[in-house]
Amino acid sequence: MMRKLPALLAFAALLAATGLAAKKKSPATAPGTPTPATPAIPQLTADQKIVHALDRLAFGARPGDAEAIAKTGLDAWIDQQLHPETIAENPVLEAKLAPLETLRMSTKDMLQHYPSQQMLKAMIDGRLPLPEDPQAKAAANAAMARFAKTQKANILGVGEKGDEAKSNGPQDQRAAIEKLPLTDQQKQTLRSGTREQRVSLLTSLSTEQLLDVIDALPGSMQGGIAAQMPPAVRRHIQILRSPQQVVNQDLIEAKLYRATYSNRQLEEVLTDFWFNHFNVFLDKGADRFQATAYERDAIRPHVLGKFKDLLLATAQSPAMMFYLDNWQSMGVESPANKRNGKKQGLNENYGRELMELHTLGVDGGYTQADVTEVARCFTGWTIIQPQRGGGFAFEARMHDPGEKHVLGVTIPAGGGKGDGLKVLDILLHHPATAHFISKKLATRFVSDNPSEALVAKMAKTFTATDGDIRETLKTMLGSDEFWAADNFRSKVKSPLEMVVSALRAVDADMDNPQQVIGLMTNLGEPLYRKQEPTGYSNTGADWMNSASLVARMNFASGLAQGRLNGIKVDPARFNGAADQIERSILLTDPTEDAKRAIQAGFDAQPQMRPDRIGPAIAGLTLGSPDFQRR
Amino acid sequence: MALSRRIFLRGSAVTMVGAGAAPLWLQRAALAAENTGKRKKVLVAIFQRGAADGLNIVVPHGDPSYYSLRPSIAVPRPNAAKQADTAVDLDGFFGLHPALSPLKPIWDRNQLAIVHAAGSPDPTRSHFDAQDYMESGTPGLKATADGWLNRALPPAIGKPSPVRAISLGPATPRTLRGGNSVVALDNISTFGVRDQASAEVLKSMYGGSKDALLGNTGRETFEAVALLKGIQQTPYQPASGARYPVGKFGESLKQIAQLIKADAGLEVAFADLGGWDHHVNEIGQKASVGQLANRLDEFGSSLAAFYQDMGDRMEDVVVVTMSEFGRTAKENGNRGTDHGHANAMFVMGGAVKGGKVYGDWPGLAAEQLYEKRDLALTTDFRAVLGEAVHTHLGNKTIQSVFPNYTGGPEKFRGLLRT
Repeated sequence: MMRKLPALLAFAALLAATGLAAKKKSPATAPGTPTPATPAIPQLTADQKIVHALDRLAFGARPGDAEAIAKTGLDAWIDQQLHPETIAENPVLEAKLAPLETLRMSTKDMLQHYPSQQMLKAMIDGRLPLPEDPQAKAAANAAMARFAKTQKANILGVGEKGDEAKSNGPQDQRAAIEKLPLTDQQKQTLRSGTREQRVSLLTSLSTEQLLDVIDALPGSMQGGIAAQMPPAVRRHIQILRSPQQVVNQDLIEAKLYRATYSNRQLEEVLTDFWFNHFNVFLDKGADRFQATAYERDAIRPHVLGKFKDLLLATAQSPAMMFYLDNWQSMGVESPANKRNGKKQGLNENYGRELMELHTLGVDGGYTQADVTEVARCFTGWTIIQPQRGGGFAFEARMHDPGEKHVLGVTIPAGGGKGDGLKVLDILLHHPATAHFISKKLATRFVSDNPSEALVAKMAKTFTATDGDIRETLKTMLGSDEFWAADNFRSKVKSPLEMVVSALRAVDADMDNPQQVIGLMTNLGEPLYRKQEPTGYSNTGADWMNSASLVARMNFASGLAQGRLNGIKVDPARFNGAADQIERSILLTDPTEDAKRAIQAGFDAQPQMRPDRIGPAIAGLTLGSPDFQRR
Repeated sequence: MALSRRIFLRGSAVTMVGAGAAPLWLQRAALAAENTGKRKKVLVAIFQRGAADGLNIVVPHGDPSYYSLRPSIAVPRPNAAKQADTAVDLDGFFGLHPALSPLKPIWDRNQLAIVHAAGSPDPTRSHFDAQDYMESGTPGLKATADGWLNRALPPAIGKPSPVRAISLGPATPRTLRGGNSVVALDNISTFGVRDQASAEVLKSMYGGSKDALLGNTGRETFEAVALLKGIQQTPYQPASGARYPVGKFGESLKQIAQLIKADAGLEVAFADLGGWDHHVNEIGQKASVGQLANRLDEFGSSLAAFYQDMGDRMEDVVVVTMSEFGRTAKENGNRGTDHGHANAMFVMGGAVKGGKVYGDWPGLAAEQLYEKRDLALTTDFRAVLGEAVHTHLGNKTIQSVFPNYTGGPEKFRGLLRT
């Protein structure tokens, strides 16, 4: 097929046959409208608009998406995406999320069923009662037994990072397997069996045996064995090994599953955007188990709603209060502090980031004095027992009762929790907030350098609608700038966008996202693990560098050629001619350079097995410059 | 294979070096230019992201205010009987945090200097802005497109090495962005496209791409990959029994050492280490435990391993550390510190006139503090970096490296032998 490639491919316009009919509407709101008589900015063609919408409002196109949109109309699709509750969810996604039960648990329940190391220690020491729920109790008992065992093993002080410190040499593995209570044949299977043989061996063992086997293996091999298991067995092994890790794993896997498979794509893009805006770091203390509820309850319900609700929900979330240390901030003149001899005091961390990163922006006109005053207002916004999954609470005894002055507004003494609410109100209605939020949205969705005119237009809507995110996005989507020809593939994809758009483009069936999760770290975007409160960059150009490019290319060829653990791609998908494969991934013709390079490459390799050529071309297309942009 | 040969011959300007000084692997790489295969002066910039607490890192134990400002998180005065938990005395006034004791022998050999009360004169206490200003080298100017370390590279003579400027980690930091090509790499040994057939096609695809950003990045990447291939073939063995600690930062310094010793043409390198934003429980029950101690342990033992590994090649190297701002002189309400102003910088290398804390000490008494809360600034960080660029790299155009800085060599602290 490759060799049938014509020297010069005809420029068949994408989707020409589908006859996309643009609906007539006012130019301000109709993305599909043909360019008016005197266009201010050259606009995309109707076909490009569909690709653009899928690039910007979704994590790229799945096979058939563009055709489906062409049929229903782009406006209708956008309207649906703006109202995700009207979109039926993809059953494939629901099936993948079903086993990840921690996603649906309250933080307290989650900690009962998946206790943290700290809680296990407390239960072992008798400082904490065992859970009452029989299932949770059994899980806790098993986890305590395991915990005690690993503590003994780690007695030489390797601590939390024990696994990393273990030696993983081949001799160690051999010796470890040799000691296992298994038959010689079983040991042989473990050492050098195929994936299927290992799976069937391990699934045949009792829980107790399975644990012994996993325990006895060196750290690196444990992961390797687990990775080869079907999802249910893998989960079981991981619960036994470290229940707390399963919580993080569920959260991270769910993000990749949702981004890849959800029909509510804009909601996923926005959940990523807003979580990143109100960033918390998964590896900071209690956020290990607070982050799940944070995304589910504080972020997701409001991603298309009022900004006020997002701000309030994050301010009152244990995850944010823990991450930015506000839960410990103590009014210097508070009753509790006076009682303990004024040993504690203010913590400015949340007060500062609330203004700099969540609302006004760094140039929003606040001073160091404002930071201190805002911190005073938020004293008492705390968490009851954060390490045990406790929730947000206002604790009047920690609150500074005095008068405060924030951005020129006097907040009278004795306001209690109302002081913080008043601050949020001041910030919400500050013009700098409307501008800052609008610009950040425009940077993510429109261009690395959105025009001041567009930002001002969005800010106007934001202000007029009391911070309505959906309306602000509609203003953006109604602008000529969003649909400007110059903005087509003008943004470099972030690692998440690249990885997920590739999975979608080849309709990958992902059973085990672990390898992808690891790759996200190599690409510079470990999920839920941005330590700094700034979150990850929305500027595409920030993501391009040689390390990232190499990692993207390796992922691309690994994915298309079926070399990634737990991810299946149907090779029959790549049976067509080269240009067909390329177009199925890019939805446009590849650039001439890319086409030529691919053709020359395969012409020079007549020895290549025919069934390998299609996947190789797909891998090259996913690794090409075109696919790195959206 | 036929493909690779063809693309290679067409796509690259092949410059064979004469057999001679260049290591064998360089001759094989066929990409060697006059800038590879010989010793270069190297500047290594280290960024401690998150605003490290300079006052608990280089402790002013001779300043009584330090102890009154920090009743629960001060590092105790040097005490030989409790070495592990007290400051390591440097000069009777300053001492190192005990977790930095691996750096003391370097100090004693006069190859480690400290500049205290140094940093950016801009008053911002935003991590993001302050890092941006320090990395661009232009405090207060947001429009600067490139970073100081990129501008610091002297004009190239002949074909520049593809690994003239590198950053360790998955991104190109602001510090290194700019007109000179930069390679970001996570790990030398895995740097490259694994699938050989694909690699050749991608190389030619990016080589011919009209996409400026992607095309350039791709071309730089494949040139660097070709050059580094030779290094990859032998596993790196640090010299003199140097042991880098487990962790990304130690790994980064190890790879920088490897590149320097391979004479691959490296001139500037960047590595960073995050996690310094200690608003809560900065110090544990003793100074030797807790969050700050953990960070410093990784920081100090990595630098010490690098020094040991480099041996006399340290003559070619200057390492400078920086962090976006310091932390409040007074501890906050949670045994931590909030965002402050001036900080401490380390300068290490064979040409460093070390064993001395440079800079004027502004004092920590209430009236001496910046905005009544932070260590005041007495040395602009550009005077420190400028001296390294000017004296070590030999780039005398300080004005173009730090465009909005009015200071010249007269501001240098005399940290380096000329």
